[in-house]
Amino acid sequence: MYDAILAETVMISGHGGDTIEAYSARPLQAGPVGGVVVIHHMPGYDEATKEIARTFAVHGYNAIMPNLYWREAPGASPDDAAATARAQGGVPDERLVGDVAGAAAYLKSLTNSNGKVGVIGYCSGGRQSFLAAISLDLDAAVDCYGAFIVGTPPEGMPLKVGPIVDRTPQLSCPLLGLFGADDQYPSPGQVAEFEQALKAAGKTYEFHSYEGAGHAFFSVNRPAYRPEAAVDGWQKIFDFYGKYLAA
Amino acid sequence: MCTYITEKVAISGSAKGASGWFRVTDGSVYFDHPVHAPEGHTLNIDLLAPEQGPSARVAVELNVESARALAKAIEAVLESVPPGLA
Repeated sequence: MYDAILAETVMISGHGGDTIEAYSARPLQAGPVGGVVVIHHMPGYDEATKEIARTFAVHGYNAIMPNLYWREAPGASPDDAAATARAQGGVPDERLVGDVAGAAAYLKSLTNSNGKVGVIGYCSGGRQSFLAAISLDLDAAVDCYGAFIVGTPPEGMPLKVGPIVDRTPQLSCPLLGLFGADDQYPSPGQVAEFEQALKAAGKTYEFHSYEGAGHAFFSVNRPAYRPEAAVDGWQKIFDFYGKYLAA
Repeated sequence: MCTYITEKVAISGSAKGASGWFRVTDGSVYFDHPVHAPEGHTLNIDLLAPEQGPSARVAVELNVESARALAKAIEAVLESVPPGLA
């Protein structure tokens, strides 16, 4: 089987027509293949998330990860860029949606694209993945432990985001949710409330909560890593995308 | 979780970063995921010179006990400074 991939930094058109940096990883097979927009976690456009993009390419998907902090910190190291972005309160929702739309358009423009695009995000990116899926016409969305889809940030936290669960009826595609049962943001109660909203809106979804796992259990380079949950979670992701993004 | 809990403070002094000493004007103190420390969450301090760009930053990531010990040590040292010097 031909298994070459190409991973490289590219420039794409993001929100408002801004040119932003993105990390592209794609299989060199002729296709047609589905595409995945990878939304990085709050610590930024880092090595670990680039590895996630390459993993999708190895599994036969065109993947692209926009650098959500490019505007604040072009060319800076991921940790410096994340520090700058967080000091400014994070990424505005509207800009996130515009950047994901640009990334999705880029994927659809690739010659081996089958025209289908999914989105996945981790941590703050989990909420942003759902935000993209209620704002854009997508084919599949994965939310990995995104906080504040349900519930508001505690008082005193200058996070400029609000709950978006009330917009569940606008969800444009099937949703896969992967959560840690020990996580408090989102808490099991908040995950249950989110699930109720999906049920009430008649949406296609599947949720999995892993016992013994907390927040960020996919992060191989952090103490939060839980191999059992992560290995099973990856399998769930590929099953889900196989169903909804396959040619 | 990504907490975004942040206290910002105006500061005056110098810090030594990757490209040598520079004057710092801003400090950020926050509790969130570390980039490097082997902890789920840490107390992070950034000493910054925003005018010089995002890379003008000296960062530390401390576990909770260390952060409290450091804060106590700073206060203790400042308290013991002879009158007239601080």
